[in-house]
Amino acid sequence: MMTSPHPVLTIIGILIVALTIASGLIWLERRLLALWQDRYGPNRVGPFGLLQVLADMIKIFFKEDWNPPFADRAIFIVAPAIIVITVLMSFAVLPIAPGIIVADLNVGLLFILAMSSLGVYSVVLAGWSSDNKYALLGAFRAAAQMLSYEVFMGLSLMGVVLLAGSFDLAAIVNAQRHLWFVIPQFSGFVLFVVAGLAETRRLPFDLPEAESELVAGFHSEYSGMKFGMFFVGEYLGITLISALITVLFCGGWLGPVLPPVVWLLLKTFFFICFFILLRASLPRPRFDPLMNWGWKAMLPLSLANLLVTGAIVVALSAGRTL
Amino acid sequence: MLSILRTIWDVFLHMFHRRVTVQYPDVKPYLAPRWRGRIILSRDPDGGERCVACYLCAVACPVDCIALQATEDASGRRYPEFFRINFSRCIFCGYCEEACPTYAIQLTPDFEMGEYKRENLVYEKEDLLINGPGKYPGYNFWRVAGVGITGKDKGGSEHEAPPTDLHTLLP
Repeated sequence: MMTSPHPVLTIIGILIVALTIASGLIWLERRLLALWQDRYGPNRVGPFGLLQVLADMIKIFFKEDWNPPFADRAIFIVAPAIIVITVLMSFAVLPIAPGIIVADLNVGLLFILAMSSLGVYSVVLAGWSSDNKYALLGAFRAAAQMLSYEVFMGLSLMGVVLLAGSFDLAAIVNAQRHLWFVIPQFSGFVLFVVAGLAETRRLPFDLPEAESELVAGFHSEYSGMKFGMFFVGEYLGITLISALITVLFCGGWLGPVLPPVVWLLLKTFFFICFFILLRASLPRPRFDPLMNWGWKAMLPLSLANLLVTGAIVVALSAGRTL
Repeated sequence: MLSILRTIWDVFLHMFHRRVTVQYPDVKPYLAPRWRGRIILSRDPDGGERCVACYLCAVACPVDCIALQATEDASGRRYPEFFRINFSRCIFCGYCEEACPTYAIQLTPDFEMGEYKRENLVYEKEDLLINGPGKYPGYNFWRVAGVGITGKDKGGSEHEAPPTDLHTLLP
């Protein structure tokens, strides 16, 4: 067992890595989308266009930070901070490697679900305080979508919790030493990927943004670094969901030869790329099919998954005691 | 459901397709000779200005970006005193070229005219005039036109008979 580093080091390390990945994703997403659309994407600034991120950052920092006179000023300013804070809080309970974790909560999974629920406030408050009909419509959609997809997001994970017998994320990873949960919990995995997409408001579930219908949805009125916060928040969200899928279903840091951190990063990277592939390939559904899907298909499916998993776990443990 | 998976897979396969982007500043596209780009004023094979300042280009221009002033030199040739094209207005429609009776104004295959100052897009005659005949190498307006100038009287043009002396027609 390797000795865990100083907690402050861990905090700063995770913070820096998470933010770097989030901003690097801006570049990665544009390059990958371009790759899948037979284009090049940003390839001019620096090697492979990598410094594009830096150029974008400089640009966004120097943009005018403008508050609309009709906006509810305090809420308008707080809203973009909430999303970044909630996502970064979730990173605190994410086990990076054995011993490398900011806060080893025994209810880590519940904490993450709670934080992702709080993230809804950011979007809703942003849309509400903007005092703009498109922003408000985006916020409505976000509220409905995120709340209804959150329900089965939690339920789809209960199968994993049943199998691992713990809400502790590190314990869940350790329970996958012999078999990744993606195999016994495949339906839960699919449900969680869909719910995760909806939670991060990524395409194809970007109805709160829906630039072809709602200007830019809930952040229509935002500019400068406040818009940048939503941007970073979204990319942090993708990173978090990918890392969560890795931890919950794909064995987290477990893997041969390479060090645990590398394994986690590799698997996370794979799922990030998959999310970007989904963005490149799928159209945005209409809103009522989205809701129908959520409540009439996904929720019953996740409940059924929970029931079957529970029954099997009970049957197995009963068999063991006999 | 299957169609969704199929779509994702098909898009993934595009990874191995050739990219269609032309990397412009590195790879210059081929521009046909008839490309409608930067406007020039050409000279005839003898080196004289072709433009006779007839104003037809200025009239034909739908955005009024051509300004000129006609004058005449000692030999009786009309030419523009100044000739100004405002390229920040020009829409490169090529109507001026079509209107020109002397092939003087021509559009060229060049579009790289970026400037940091709008005023720099106003081209004067010295910016527009080139040293060659452009797309029509052998053409010299004054040698085929039936106008008399110094060194060439009426009837002295190519494919033109000398003017009939009306007095010889008397009975």
